[in-house]
Amino acid sequence: MKGALALCRREFNAYFDSPVAYVFTVAFLSVTFWFFFRGFFVGNQIQMREYFFFLPWVFLIFIPAVTMRLWAEEKKMGTVEVLLTLPVKEYELVLGKFLAGFLFVFVSVFFSFSLPLTLSFLGKLDWGPVIGGYLGTCLLGAAYLSIGLFLSNFTKNQIVAFILTILLSFALFILGEDVILVNLPDFWVPFFSFLGLGKHFVSIQRGIIDSRDIVYYLSVTGFFLFLNVLFVTKRR
Amino acid sequence: MIDVEEITKRYAETVAVDRLSFQVEKGEILGLLGPNGAGKTTTMRILTGYLAADSGKVTVAGLDLRDHSLEIRRLIGYLPENNPLYPDMGVMEYLLFIAAMRGLPKTGRRNRIDRVIELTGLEKMAHKNIGELSKGYCQRVGLAQAIVHDPEILILDEPTVGLDPNQIVEIRSLIQRFGADKTIILSSHILPEVAATCSRVIILNSGKLAGSGTPEEMSVRARGGNAVTFVLKGPVDAITEKLKSRGDIKKIEIKGDEGSGKTRFRVITDGSVDIRDAVFMMAVENQWVLSELYRESLSLEEIFQHLTIEEAVV
Repeated sequence: MKGALALCRREFNAYFDSPVAYVFTVAFLSVTFWFFFRGFFVGNQIQMREYFFFLPWVFLIFIPAVTMRLWAEEKKMGTVEVLLTLPVKEYELVLGKFLAGFLFVFVSVFFSFSLPLTLSFLGKLDWGPVIGGYLGTCLLGAAYLSIGLFLSNFTKNQIVAFILTILLSFALFILGEDVILVNLPDFWVPFFSFLGLGKHFVSIQRGIIDSRDIVYYLSVTGFFLFLNVLFVTKRR
Repeated sequence: MIDVEEITKRYAETVAVDRLSFQVEKGEILGLLGPNGAGKTTTMRILTGYLAADSGKVTVAGLDLRDHSLEIRRLIGYLPENNPLYPDMGVMEYLLFIAAMRGLPKTGRRNRIDRVIELTGLEKMAHKNIGELSKGYCQRVGLAQAIVHDPEILILDEPTVGLDPNQIVEIRSLIQRFGADKTIILSSHILPEVAATCSRVIILNSGKLAGSGTPEEMSVRARGGNAVTFVLKGPVDAITEKLKSRGDIKKIEIKGDEGSGKTRFRVITDGSVDIRDAVFMMAVENQWVLSELYRESLSLEEIFQHLTIEEAVV
């Protein structure tokens, strides 16, 4: 695990070595806060439903921006050759990169915690849905990150990795939406409704923490990380 | 130390390495020579475990590369082609990262890196960003990265490409300083480069072995005879006639008229026959004025062309 941690630290610092980290955090907070405050003063309610409603859509754009460089940049610069000839197992490399992306997103999300804190001063905040929302955010973020990291393997071009990740994440996200489900044969409905990334987020953000949802997100994350390890091993 | 048996690597259309076999002894400095696209980089990538060969077997320090990739990667320090580095990282930060990835114990890590920085002459650059360094210094960082863990085996893919002559000499002496008791493989398409550093040379062409030996052996082998050049003042026909009558001459080339009756000849003889004395005596006997006389040894360039072009024709 030493290799994974060393790589995680390098990747995490790499975000801050360039302006990426600062631009990302400011943009992410501006966009999410705007969605929150847009309805806050009108609705006059102490809750964060709006915030967590828009978050998956914001993530859809922002997470691919975090993951696109993880492999594509190494391939472009050729440093992947140094990385893959170090005595470190493939899964450690994948895990290290994933953790770095996760920590980085976590930092941005952490700053948004000023919102519920402010709300709790203004009135009585129901912490259940807020905690659930943040938990769901982390889980959904992890799933998107694993997808983005995986797709970043296929190209030297970061923009291509970015767009591919948006497409696949979007497809998985809407899979469980009613619009899709009504057009499917009955047999497939429960299956697709279970597979959709979005469906599980809805129940978590209501404050209902169901183990099935948690298992679901962890499985999706694990699945794409596994594919990634497989891909890195196979390409030799 | 390294035993390569019949390795083959195919890319979609082309065969990059074709049933290549060679051995490297411990302590040897082996030069991989060949034109661009000869399979040098692919061979090195296979040895370092970056690529897997389609077939064939590689044994390093008695371990099969297929089953012991991780252990072998621990023994090897590798400078890939074009020396890829992270431009946003500091030199020290980068070397610490590589040391951590290589699992160097935390306590000795800093000392070892200070030692490597000293060895590669990077003291003044240690706290600069890699992106700010000149090409020569970048190459030193790449080399420092390869020797951080004091590896048994060093694999360097074109370590001096794109450097100016002074930097080339510096990098070369660095390799020799570090490589005193190490096994080193380095590739190059610059021949004097290899002749200066390597104890043995392998010539690759279209993924196949086109020749191997010490730089000196190679020149004897490829020469297949001696070449003597001289300039004589006298009748060309008579001189040619005299030379032909010796019987041991393979080829006479008339290289041109030098003016005032002088002609330049290049004569290639069999094996180790040296006709310099005979040319002198002939000149004295016939009162032909001799104004130049020397034996050439074929340069590595000629051997290289000889071997690779011949191979290409077959």
